[in-house]
Amino acid sequence: MSRLVVGPFNRVEGDLEVRLDLADGRVRSAEVSAPLYRGFEAMLIGRVPEDALAIVPRLCGICSVSQSAAAAFALADAAGISAPPNGQLAANLVLACENLADHLAHFYLFFMPDFARPAYAQRPWFPAVHARFAAGGGTAGPEAMAARTAFFHIAGLLAGKWPHTLALAPGGTTRAPGTGEKIRLRLVLAGFRQFLETRLFGCALEAFAGLATPAQLAGWQHAAAPESCDLRLFLHAADELGLAGLGRLDLPLMSFGAYVSEADGRLFRAGLIADGALHALDPGDIREDTSHAWLRSGPPLPPTAGRTEPDIDVPGAYTWCKAPRLSGRPVEVGALARQLVDGQPLLRALHGGNGRNGGTNVVARVLARAVELARVVPAMERWSSLLEAGAPCCVPAPLPAGGSGIGLIEAARGSLGHWLGIDGGRIHHYQIIAPTTWNFSPRSADGVPGPLEQALIGTAVEPGETVPLAVQHVVRSFDPCMSCTVH
Amino acid sequence: MPKPWSVLWLQSGGCGGCSMALSCAEPPGLYARLAAFGIELLWHPSLSEASGAEVIALLEAIAAGERPLDCLCIEGALLRGPHGSGRFHVLGGTGVPTIDWVRRLAARARCTVAVGSCAVSGGFSACAPNPTEACGLQFEDARRGGALGADWRSPSGLPVIALGGCAVHPDWVLETLAALALGELDAGGLDAFGRPRAIYERLVHHGCPRNEYYEYKASAEKPSDLGCLMEHLGCRGTQAHADCNERVWNGGGSCTRAGFACIDCVAPGFQNPGHAFQRTPKLGGIPVGLPTDMPKAWFVALASLAKAATPARVRENAVADHPVVPPKMHVRKP
Repeated sequence: MSRLVVGPFNRVEGDLEVRLDLADGRVRSAEVSAPLYRGFEAMLIGRVPEDALAIVPRLCGICSVSQSAAAAFALADAAGISAPPNGQLAANLVLACENLADHLAHFYLFFMPDFARPAYAQRPWFPAVHARFAAGGGTAGPEAMAARTAFFHIAGLLAGKWPHTLALAPGGTTRAPGTGEKIRLRLVLAGFRQFLETRLFGCALEAFAGLATPAQLAGWQHAAAPESCDLRLFLHAADELGLAGLGRLDLPLMSFGAYVSEADGRLFRAGLIADGALHALDPGDIREDTSHAWLRSGPPLPPTAGRTEPDIDVPGAYTWCKAPRLSGRPVEVGALARQLVDGQPLLRALHGGNGRNGGTNVVARVLARAVELARVVPAMERWSSLLEAGAPCCVPAPLPAGGSGIGLIEAARGSLGHWLGIDGGRIHHYQIIAPTTWNFSPRSADGVPGPLEQALIGTAVEPGETVPLAVQHVVRSFDPCMSCTVH
Repeated sequence: MPKPWSVLWLQSGGCGGCSMALSCAEPPGLYARLAAFGIELLWHPSLSEASGAEVIALLEAIAAGERPLDCLCIEGALLRGPHGSGRFHVLGGTGVPTIDWVRRLAARARCTVAVGSCAVSGGFSACAPNPTEACGLQFEDARRGGALGADWRSPSGLPVIALGGCAVHPDWVLETLAALALGELDAGGLDAFGRPRAIYERLVHHGCPRNEYYEYKASAEKPSDLGCLMEHLGCRGTQAHADCNERVWNGGGSCTRAGFACIDCVAPGFQNPGHAFQRTPKLGGIPVGLPTDMPKAWFVALASLAKAATPARVRENAVADHPVVPPKMHVRKP
């Protein structure tokens, strides 16, 4: 048996190191290490509650709006108010803008360039993939960046700038859109739709979102040449490499529910899939275990009582990341979990499939982000048409001197929760559980590895590989955000 | 073809938001804007192919002086804790604290650029109680020192070139790199914090569309109001050294354009203002943080005069979220 340390792991947001024990050309066990500590929860203590709006976006430069939204929800919960419809729609639009831009960045900038590496030079699809996706030199990167830059004009319009805005407040949003803004929003969305339809999907968003069975997906995939659009090209390479058998997991899947819906509830519903069935989710079942983190240990605590106190000398610790568990079990979160909980038929069918294509895996995680792009852009078009020029977008949100609030949202990478306690008009408690904290958690006290640690077991490592490609595909399939993880 | 001007970009203790801002560079876009000035990104954590051992080999070659480097860009604060060990941030795969890597590489790079307020002076990463002992490359808040020390100079003789902002504007990075690559930025072009004067000798107030409200002290009272954000909602735009409202963000935005306060994120130490970010501290009803280059008594006198003279249009619109009183129409008599 031999040990391989992979890092710095790039094209993930933030700092990551993966330690692998290898035997017979495969990963036998893995330790996922977040080598950066940031200490944001300690910074919030003693501040006025509204200061969380300025501080928490700086947890993360790629999930900045998500952090704002979770904090705004936690404050609104503590204040016992909710935003007027215009404020909810505008907040949805800004959050969706960030989430979809992150999906695009993941596919084009972080994930696909690995398939353009020289190790794949002999594969039949390599010339097309290399021309399109090579890091720095491929044609797709600059195109996707241009589309994403234009798409982020939604953030410029409604939230001033990206990343790091104060526009999402507990009472709504700070910029009331008028007729002119509504039209500009529609224009930006039209441009983004055009990019997705011509480059990523090669068809209308609705046509792709409507694919309901693996047979329909295969029909779509083979209806045109692999090079006709970027998602087909990926699926073509993925089929040839057998990526659907890679990074497989069969853990509980969780979603806090995404986007405030025009009706009650959320556009994508909240819930938990465990043991083959959909359940209602009780956030009260969440505990964070710190046994393998460089943090002062104790019994696992719920986030309403959690603590984050660094201790570099914990024996056996190997990361700054806590191990959140739901009813004692590790949980996978992300676009795939979110869509499965919501019942998206194609992903459900693929997930339930028998044999090597079942469960969650590298291909399904990538497909789920594509499905979200196709489903959420039309929702954004609807939200922008529902904005009512002249109607209020923000109400005052006076906070109590004492109380508590919870903000649960879905960021691009999965379930994000903020747990706030106020005492004497100041923050006396603030705990954050970020999506990648779930996915990239270390072992818990009972020795059960976190989701990525489990997903890596069995992954092939070719002789001589120092940065194993299959390992990179598995890691990046989660689209990790390490900055959030180690807040 | 001239030799490309090489840039190595490392992320230290931060959120990565400055890289994300950079990825939103307006047309012709990041890659074309670098290429236009012969700038080659040797390695960037979000954009490059190389990972793991391939990267470490590059860093070692630069640190050993075997591979020349024109510019080192550092994003994020330098973490000195716990207890001075730097182990709050170890560069993955190397077992070596990132702050040590940065010191070795900065000694070799022709110049070093601090990208964003964290790298300049600690920024939000150094928010009280500064749990990670974070600091900037050459400043800790407004105090000289930081990870490299007050007297540090790059091999080309420049101090750390400081691009404050949380996040930075993509143009601030790209224009500074271009000026450096062209040899058009020298010590005289930098202010006392090492910031390029062309960018940082402007005020966020310049070009703020709320200036008419400011002139009349017609103030917003709650989030989403159209009025000036200075009197009640914590805006420091009249003191913040940046060109945000002239340059604008993400296709036309800025903090004040979107209805919330400028928190002066370009200023060393801004993360600990000593008051709530979005509430203006006052003494005897008068905001404490008045414009810096104007005698206080004059400001107070002008303000009370302006308040008395405020047109109804400005007064009423200031506390609404969309204009309720239009400008008066002047119809020419035939």
